[in-house]
Amino acid sequence: MASTEERVINIIAGQLGSDAATITAETDIANDLGADSLDLAELMIAFEEEFNINIDESDAQNITTVGDVIQHIEKAIKTD
Amino acid sequence: MLKINLHDRVAVITGGTRGIGLGIAKALAACEAKIACIGTNPEKLQSALKAICHERNSSTGGVPLEFQEEVEGYLCNVSVTEDVEQTVEKILTRFGRIDILVNCAGITRDVPLGAMKDEEWDDVIGVNLRGPFLMTRACSKPMRRAKRGRIINIASISGLIGNKGQANYSASKAGLIGFTRTVSKELAGKNITVNAIAPGFIETDMTAVLPAALKLEIKNRIPLARFGSPEDVANAVLYFVSEEASFVTGQILTIDGGMIR
Ligand SMILES: NC(=O)c1ccc[n+]([C@@H]2O[C@H](COP(=O)([O-])OP(=O)(O)OC[C@H]3O[C@@H](n4cnc5c(N)ncnc54)[C@H](O)[C@@H]3O)[C@@H](O)[C@H]2O)c1
Repeated sequence: MASTEERVINIIAGQLGSDAATITAETDIANDLGADSLDLAELMIAFEEEFNINIDESDAQNITTVGDVIQHIEKAIKTD
Repeated sequence: MLKINLHDRVAVITGGTRGIGLGIAKALAACEAKIACIGTNPEKLQSALKAICHERNSSTGGVPLEFQEEVEGYLCNVSVTEDVEQTVEKILTRFGRIDILVNCAGITRDVPLGAMKDEEWDDVIGVNLRGPFLMTRACSKPMRRAKRGRIINIASISGLIGNKGQANYSASKAGLIGFTRTVSKELAGKNITVNAIAPGFIETDMTAVLPAALKLEIKNRIPLARFGSPEDVANAVLYFVSEEASFVTGQILTIDGGMIR
């Protein structure tokens, strides 16, 4: 089974058409990868579906980097 | 008009600058929804925004609203991908959410099949079918995120029974009906309903150009013996967007005075 990080990066690379190899935990999804708010909405839906979790809009507001996504997912999975 | 409470809801209406779309935008504004009105003509857009604000103010009776606050206009060709993506992005930045999408922009280029030019086919399919596809794809993203939403597509009885001279138009509207049915299934899991309205003859600019003799002939075929108004269609939109219609999706409601039964 791929790690959470790998799965997150694959989703992002797939949705935004960017190269997975260039994405790290420090990558800023909007500023480095050029995601607009429609892309971000689509990504949050994809994370919710892939990991079977809920990402509230208020949490989504605080997500800027790939690392933020991973952190949120790991927290959500634990508290489940 | 029906009255429901849409306070704080954000509604996007394509073709909201005149005719049926303007009637729908006014009706939603009267129910206190915030309005993002999309059209292609700058002057028509400005006068539509005033009319929508007027409706909102006279119905709420409270402090008059400046239309800049809750009503915004967008010049956008719904058949152009970049236009649509940018416009929806602007609406999201401005209002923060989208609760309701009404795909009402539509055109006719009536010509018998033998004389129909490629552009006449492409233009009508572009605005009437590609437009709703692009708008729905973009607007459904924030709706899927929010796990709620209402999408209403304005089709036509021409898409159900056909109409001479409208091979392009009826194909676009029949396509829109198929699109409505499929998308209603895809989005149901996200608590988004998708319905269509198939109006019959409604008095607007689109039908004003028809010859008087043809109008009389059409009227004779309408059991309720009158033409419809934009309000007749807008009332159905209010029903579909209401909480009370939360179990209704994938439906095509004909509003035609009984013409096609
Ligand atoms: N009037 C009728 O009898 C009747 C009957 C059945 C269905 N309809 C449908 O209802 C809808 C509205 O019709 P109407 O009679 O109010 O028409 P109308 O011609 O009065 O208004 C059409 C609207 O669409 C907008 N529009 C046109 N092309 C556009 C584009 N490329 N991008 C964005 N906006 C665009 C215009 O700006 C205008 O606001 C249409 O989809 C039409 O097919 C009308």
